[in-house]
Amino acid sequence: MVRLTIDGSEVEVPEGTTILEAAEKTGIRIPTLCYHKRLPPIESCDMCIVEIEGEKEPVCSCAAPVSNGLVVTTDSKALHEQRTANLKKILKYHPLDCPICDKAGECELQDIVYEFGIEDVPYESRKVKRDDTYSTSLIRYWADRCIMCRRCVTACLDLKQIGALEIQGEEENARIVVDPDKCKSCGECLMVCPTGALTENLSRYKGRPWLVKRVQTTCSYCGCGCQFDLNVLDNRVIGVTTDVDTGVNQGSLCVKGRFGYEYIGDESRLKKPLIKENGALREASWEEALDTVAEKFKAIRDQHGPDSIAGLTSAKCTNEENFLFQKFMRAVIGTNNVDHCARL
Amino acid sequence: MTNPISNVLKSEVILAIGTDTTGNHPIIANYIMEAIHQHGVKLLVIDPRRIELVDHATLWLQHNPGSDVALINGLMHIILKENLQDQAYIDERLEGFEELKSCIEKYTPEHVSSITGISEEDLHAAARLYAKADPAALLYTMGITQHITGTDNVKSCANLAMLCGNVGKEGGGVNPLRGQNNVQGACDMGGLPNVFPGYQAVTVDEVRKKFADAWQVEGFPSTPGLTVTEMFDAGETGQVKAIYVMGENPALSDPDKHHIEHCIESLDFFVVQDIFLTETAKLADVVLPATCFAEKNGTVVNTERKVQRVRKAVEPPGEAREDTWIISEIAKRMGYTMPATTPEKIMEEIRLLTPSYKGITYKRIEKGGISWPCPDEDHPGTPVLHVGKFARGKGLFFAIDYIPPAEEVDDEYPFLLSTGRVPQHFHTGTMTRRGTGLNRLCPEPVAQINPEDAEKMNISDGDYIDITSRRGSIKVKIKLTERSSPGMVFMPFHFHEAPANILTHSIVDPVAKIPEFKVSAVKIKKAA
Ligand code: SF4
Ligand code: SF4
Ligand code: SF4
Ligand code: SF4
Ligand code: FES
Repeated sequence: MVRLTIDGSEVEVPEGTTILEAAEKTGIRIPTLCYHKRLPPIESCDMCIVEIEGEKEPVCSCAAPVSNGLVVTTDSKALHEQRTANLKKILKYHPLDCPICDKAGECELQDIVYEFGIEDVPYESRKVKRDDTYSTSLIRYWADRCIMCRRCVTACLDLKQIGALEIQGEEENARIVVDPDKCKSCGECLMVCPTGALTENLSRYKGRPWLVKRVQTTCSYCGCGCQFDLNVLDNRVIGVTTDVDTGVNQGSLCVKGRFGYEYIGDESRLKKPLIKENGALREASWEEALDTVAEKFKAIRDQHGPDSIAGLTSAKCTNEENFLFQKFMRAVIGTNNVDHCARL
Repeated sequence: MTNPISNVLKSEVILAIGTDTTGNHPIIANYIMEAIHQHGVKLLVIDPRRIELVDHATLWLQHNPGSDVALINGLMHIILKENLQDQAYIDERLEGFEELKSCIEKYTPEHVSSITGISEEDLHAAARLYAKADPAALLYTMGITQHITGTDNVKSCANLAMLCGNVGKEGGGVNPLRGQNNVQGACDMGGLPNVFPGYQAVTVDEVRKKFADAWQVEGFPSTPGLTVTEMFDAGETGQVKAIYVMGENPALSDPDKHHIEHCIESLDFFVVQDIFLTETAKLADVVLPATCFAEKNGTVVNTERKVQRVRKAVEPPGEAREDTWIISEIAKRMGYTMPATTPEKIMEEIRLLTPSYKGITYKRIEKGGISWPCPDEDHPGTPVLHVGKFARGKGLFFAIDYIPPAEEVDDEYPFLLSTGRVPQHFHTGTMTRRGTGLNRLCPEPVAQINPEDAEKMNISDGDYIDITSRRGSIKVKIKLTERSSPGMVFMPFHFHEAPANILTHSIVDPVAKIPEFKVSAVKIKKAA
């Protein structure tokens, strides 16, 4: 264990902890922008700077490891001034078009600008217009909103080992470029982006974060069991978001989990029971459909015995449904002819 | 899985056999990547295709499809010859070691090399890599199970892991990665012909009595029922007259499309309950509109045996109703009242009858899932199985001999076809092929072959080809890729417009009854 002092309090943390993490443990919040829990330190924003006794220059707390006897100050006039200046530098080319930005309301940049109370930034449009947005068919990049924090690039490379994103150009002309042959549309970059620079390019419906209802659930595709929130507006699922602290996936999803929600509200969903008549299916009432099924099952069971009926339950249904289905086959029909399709 | 997904971070070596993890279980692949690139874990890949994992592997064994048992026996042969097994663990915890030993005696490196196509040198390297690691995790999926020898393959994987003392250990284990979100739960809940919920066998008198008392019926048949493949066969012979399908699409997932359609047509009565008018639903006499996961409450079990919540977010469309309501209404009309019909009440009934679920309540899993077995409400759940001792007491080795695949290539059908998934789509595509998002990424089926083969046949990328097996023929677009090795064709099965199951055959594994999707002989020619 390592002992150090942060803002006058003694702290004890395991070796290898960063100053930022140590501060967090003591309940002290240091402003950050490029730091992300799931990523290695990027050190691109200089917002997390702190003073260390005996050192001339402030250091980035998100990357600096603790050591015995350190005396750390996380807030001072000088630090505040420098952070404000850093933020203004970022804002110089950032259009504060929050009213039309998908991210407004849960944008880390918006929050931090608000926190620092910055109002008087003269916006300059870039001398050379950044090439218009890349977009994959599912993710759109708004170059003007990008603060070059590199979270997306780091996530694609470090978390996924894919490396589909890179930075091209320098200084004010820098922008993120995607290699479409490598990109798997997993949306990891979308998940970590602190701003509205990466947005989902799928849902036709938009909902402000504060208007949307979020319901945590389990992904309906593979057996990983990823946890995510369905975003609901007017009884329609308009997107999927995640939380880094929840579930085995820690905020990550694959292309199916993140973008495969359209089927829920698809027009072709079955909306009425159907009964086959003269070779074609026609709509029927529940009463008629249920009566038909029950009568047929009864007649066949009585005439040919329970084992002349079989049932397939489903690897896509819940435990409760599976339980009830096999109970139906065993207790009501009276057969063990029940299986599911996972073998197929 | 015997172990949690995140356990791979604690492994020394990960052996991935027959699993295209980056494509099919991307989140598990995330952990594998973290293990390799941040914790220095080594990866050993065994797969006939150059899957993406190979790019991160220390060693890749590209074996002939269907030769898994021979390969694993060969590895065990070397391990024993070099005395790398965990003998203390074997003596203390296992039975059947002598039988195993004499069975694998004949799997010399030379012999195994001729069956698998892997050099003796690589066999030695792989055996040492796996056996010297402590602990080593073993992961597998359909590449292991979808063979006529699927059950043998699974047992072989267990043999290897037990031989090296890797079962019941953090960072070790034998870990099948489940392909669908609640395969585990469907099995746990007794969606199987031979067991009630919690794997309680229908053949045991006390078990039947317990369920008969609880459900207030006279009794149950004491013999296992029919499996899915047997059910449809029995439909064709007239032994089964009616089939009730909830949320499955066998017309597209069954290995032999013509056969299954004929079976369904032979039935007197066929009911399908689903959210879409699937290929299977179209054949039904009655179709019942059900709800999807976003429209209901309940629980599902992931591949780590973790029971997690599904929560209702939206109302179902039109008159679609919850499956539990539909089942209860049919039961009622047949004179049986289901007492519990809300998900939480059903869970209470499940807990009462299923010892491994006894401690799992909705309240406890509100904030996060619990892995079964969880025998009481104070129990934290069991992330790692078989710690200290095996569930059955002593663990058992299986002496297993290699059987060649049912169909091998010949002059007429010189290519090996294997079927599988692509990352953008799921199973029979009923869910992922709606809407535009995923279809934009992957709009049509594309078969993959090696550029070398393509050149010989004068086929270029994007051409359409006819793939023909002894059972049928389909036309499909082709992609040239080094990921497919010469002599092999890979084809996704999600697409109803080019159903891969026209080509595959319905010969099944004699025990698990899983069809051999991974090995069929086909021929290829440029489409007219
Ligand atoms: S990225 Fe954030 S600060 Fe920038 S316009 Fe969007 S909401 Fe506003
Ligand atoms: S979607 Fe995934 S693969 Fe594509 S750029 Fe983003 S992180 Fe990389
Ligand atoms: S796109 Fe987002 S995550 Fe990537 S550099 Fe720009 S602001 Fe940062
Ligand atoms: S998000 Fe992807 S990896 Fe996670 S459960 Fe869903 S399908 Fe599986
Ligand atoms: S948060 Fe530390 S440099 Fe950005």
